[in-house]
Amino acid sequence: MTRITVTVDGVSYSDDVEPRTLLVHYLRETLGKTGTVVGCDTSSCGACTVHLDGDSVKSCAVLAVQADGSSVTTIEGLAQDGVLHPMQQAFHENHGLQCGYCTPGMIMSACALLKDNPDPSDREIREGIEGNLCRCTGYQNIVKSISAAAKASSSTPAGVA
Amino acid sequence: MTAVDDRPTTSDEIGRSRLRKEDQRLITGRTKWTDNIILPGMLHLAFARSPYANATITSIDIEAAKAAPGVVAVYTGKDLQDTMGTLICAYTITPDQVAPPHPPLAIDRVSFAGEAVAVVVARSYKEARDAADLLDVDYSLLPVVLDMEAAVAEGADLVHPELGTNISAHFVFDSAAAGTGGDVDASIAAAREDGVVIERTLRQQRLVPAFMEPRSVVVDPTGEQITMWSATQIPHILRFVLAATTGVPETKIRVIAPDVGGGFGGKLQTTPEEFVTFAVARKLGKPIKATETRTESIIASHHGRDQIQKLTLAAKKDGTVTGLKVELLADMGSHLALIGGGVPFLGTFMFNSIYKFESYRFDLTTVFTNKAWTDAYRGAGRPEATFGIERMMDELAVELGREPMELRQQNWITHPEFPFTTVCGMTYDSGNYEAATAKAMAMLDYEGLRREQAERRERKDPIQLGIGISTFTEMCGLAPSRVLGAIGAGAGGWEHASIRMLATGKVEVVTGTTPHGQGHETAWSQIVADKLGVAFEDVEVLHGDTQISSKGYDTYGSRSLVVGGIAVVKAAEKVVEKARVIAAHLLEASADDLEFADGRFTVKGTDQGMAMGEVAMAAFLGHNLPDGVESTLDSDATFDPEDFSFPHGTHLCATEVDTETGLVKIRKYVCVDDIGNVVNPLIVEGQVHGGLAQGIAQALYEEAVYDEQGTLTTATFVDYLVPGAPDLPFFDTDRTTTPSTTNPLGVKGVGEAGCIASTPAVVNSVLDAVRQFGVKDIEMPMTPLRVWKAIQGASSVGGEVEAASASPHWEQPVQSGGIQTASSDTRSDATDGSQA
Ligand code: FES
Ligand code: FES
Repeated sequence: MTRITVTVDGVSYSDDVEPRTLLVHYLRETLGKTGTVVGCDTSSCGACTVHLDGDSVKSCAVLAVQADGSSVTTIEGLAQDGVLHPMQQAFHENHGLQCGYCTPGMIMSACALLKDNPDPSDREIREGIEGNLCRCTGYQNIVKSISAAAKASSSTPAGVA
Repeated sequence: MTAVDDRPTTSDEIGRSRLRKEDQRLITGRTKWTDNIILPGMLHLAFARSPYANATITSIDIEAAKAAPGVVAVYTGKDLQDTMGTLICAYTITPDQVAPPHPPLAIDRVSFAGEAVAVVVARSYKEARDAADLLDVDYSLLPVVLDMEAAVAEGADLVHPELGTNISAHFVFDSAAAGTGGDVDASIAAAREDGVVIERTLRQQRLVPAFMEPRSVVVDPTGEQITMWSATQIPHILRFVLAATTGVPETKIRVIAPDVGGGFGGKLQTTPEEFVTFAVARKLGKPIKATETRTESIIASHHGRDQIQKLTLAAKKDGTVTGLKVELLADMGSHLALIGGGVPFLGTFMFNSIYKFESYRFDLTTVFTNKAWTDAYRGAGRPEATFGIERMMDELAVELGREPMELRQQNWITHPEFPFTTVCGMTYDSGNYEAATAKAMAMLDYEGLRREQAERRERKDPIQLGIGISTFTEMCGLAPSRVLGAIGAGAGGWEHASIRMLATGKVEVVTGTTPHGQGHETAWSQIVADKLGVAFEDVEVLHGDTQISSKGYDTYGSRSLVVGGIAVVKAAEKVVEKARVIAAHLLEASADDLEFADGRFTVKGTDQGMAMGEVAMAAFLGHNLPDGVESTLDSDATFDPEDFSFPHGTHLCATEVDTETGLVKIRKYVCVDDIGNVVNPLIVEGQVHGGLAQGIAQALYEEAVYDEQGTLTTATFVDYLVPGAPDLPFFDTDRTTTPSTTNPLGVKGVGEAGCIASTPAVVNSVLDAVRQFGVKDIEMPMTPLRVWKAIQGASSVGGEVEAASASPHWEQPVQSGGIQTASSDTRSDATDGSQA
């Protein structure tokens, strides 16, 4: 067992974890952050994507101990004071989800994408979310959502986190 | 308040692109996936699975596993034999259909690699998994049967020796025998004399549904009822099968499908994992969870498609089609799944599609192999049929040197001919193939692209352009119960809804459908808002819990709106009729003098009236009701469709094929679907997009591949290529509207349309680009390697017809051209190299 201290969605946690524990399992099972989900066992689907110190990572490809001392943002920490993040709002308004299973990871990836490239073309969006699989939407409305969020944040000073 | 001001402005909900009610929790992570559930004292299951495709289990040593840390129990199939129930097939496609018993946990034999042979229960999943790896199972290997054609040959090795055959059923529909059309052999003979006969063997590869949420099940036996949460499309059917096969009274079982992350037919199953978890929870008296890994999901959940199609199409020299003969081998895998042979069986009514054949024969053989069982996957039987016929129409056009769309037009049912009874006896109520096609051709710039195609050919451009057509129809609204009864289904096809009118004016709608991404909460709210004149926001839709929604047949087959939505309409109509009696009493008018519109009863010719909410309150109070009237407006309805509905559409795909690398790029994808009236265009468009993605993926990317030992080699998302965003094009979608005449909303169903139509559009397009090199066929998925090899193979023979491939691939001699590769060759990457 190894002691780790991690800030998740603004709250600090200290826990003993088995060294082999994946970050996604720590989030889901120890902290009850079940908004982040698991879709595969080969780091292929992106369903588990979270932000680790501001960068998007597949939390099934990171050990919990690697997150020691870091700050993690999950889908559950994105909305502030009950106000949806512009990316969440854009997914809702553009029907960017159906079953919603890929959605947390997709939204977290999309936020990271816009951080790197605030005004992406549709092609760049498609390339940018390459690591996130969706079986329901055919991606068209996801691309539309991300594009809309980019436009919304370029026209508001708040920007995209 | 005046009567007018009082009216909610909700009369136009149907047809409106309402944003979805379901989104809020899904975009914020406040979801209830089955795997999220944690109960006090909950234990975890891990399965040990056979690495062998066909074997006898000689011994299982459980001691080491039992002694491992955290382990509570270990069970083999023998231990659970009497309590775990059995998996069933609900479709008997012929009276003499055979099926092996299907215990949830193998007892003494395994018949595919991945079949569960034992289960470990531990305090944590990791401990269970670690211990499962300590199980020592001895197998005695049997010959493996993988190839369908070999499986049906004389003297073949057997998947289930006790059955004495690998054939589960042989079903034939013949239009002459049924009296719905002529004799197909006569049509073919006539065409051999003075017409054209096209014979092809086509392959529908095996696919994995690949829903994004792996299946998970939790069983809590600690209450008076045993509660099962499962990532399923079919909680109602699951409860029935559990009760029917375990002997636990149905009243003691509650099944809940909480948030479910996609299904596509893949969760239309009663699974070994559900039955074993149920048995173990009962045995130990503790809550148990079993969540599969992705690899387990790909290996051991059911697969879809997998057919060899031998097709013979007869036509006159002028291109008028006359006869169609379909001979199918359909791979059932190791066992008959819940629908099993019922999936390819659906093709009976679909191969003739939108065309006016005089004669038709459908000959289906369902075959066992040592692979994972197959069952429904988006479209279930209809994509296979649509692929077959749309490929054949193109083959006919090539053979005759005709424009493929014009040839289709010559043969399809024209708009004035509806309702039209087809050669297999189905009555298509409505359709307008001309309108959808005209719109799609304009959207694609069909003529412009044909010109560009000619130019590229002319200048021998390395990038060649192809244009593919799929003018499809399908059947939804599964199904009139009497039809299901007639075709051997152990289920009905009705759907149930109930509406509860609450005292505060809010409305609860309980539906027997079980959405898992389709947005029923939104769409059903729109329907009820319109029908009752209440606000969209005031409607709550409840589903997926057998204790709340006690009756239903769940969600699959594009049936939810066409059957379940209509049940909602019928229940709403009953609410209005109950309310009318009470309103009339309170308004001191005759019920016949009341009009109901926009949520309000008014007395004809007066300004007197009352809102639905006021009537609901009056019913709640019960202070002043007419004699003999119950103090409730709540109503329920069970709707059984009178017939199927037949969505249709025209899909056009332009591909650019790089002749130097074999890479296929979809340049433009256009579809115009006619699904009748639409409740929510936004949701409809999403359904079409998702369907297109899956259909295109079949054409270009996906295939479940087994090696010669029967091991699935595509068992992860690294090897099984679910397309990502860069792999798919922008979809240009539109609609025409020809309402269905068989249901009061005029709707037809949309869940599977995109998936059914798109595969042949893509394949026809790629072939259209490369036929000029002598390529006749490329198997799906059309990978760059396969496309490149086909071009190379075809051009290397320099356009000469090889003798071997010029002989017909089954019995009858072929007089006219259009001869295709020997069927055994069709699984290779190359083409036969013959030149038309
Ligand atoms: S669960 Fe992390 S990438 Fe699939
Ligand atoms: S919305 Fe279902 S997987 Fe993306």
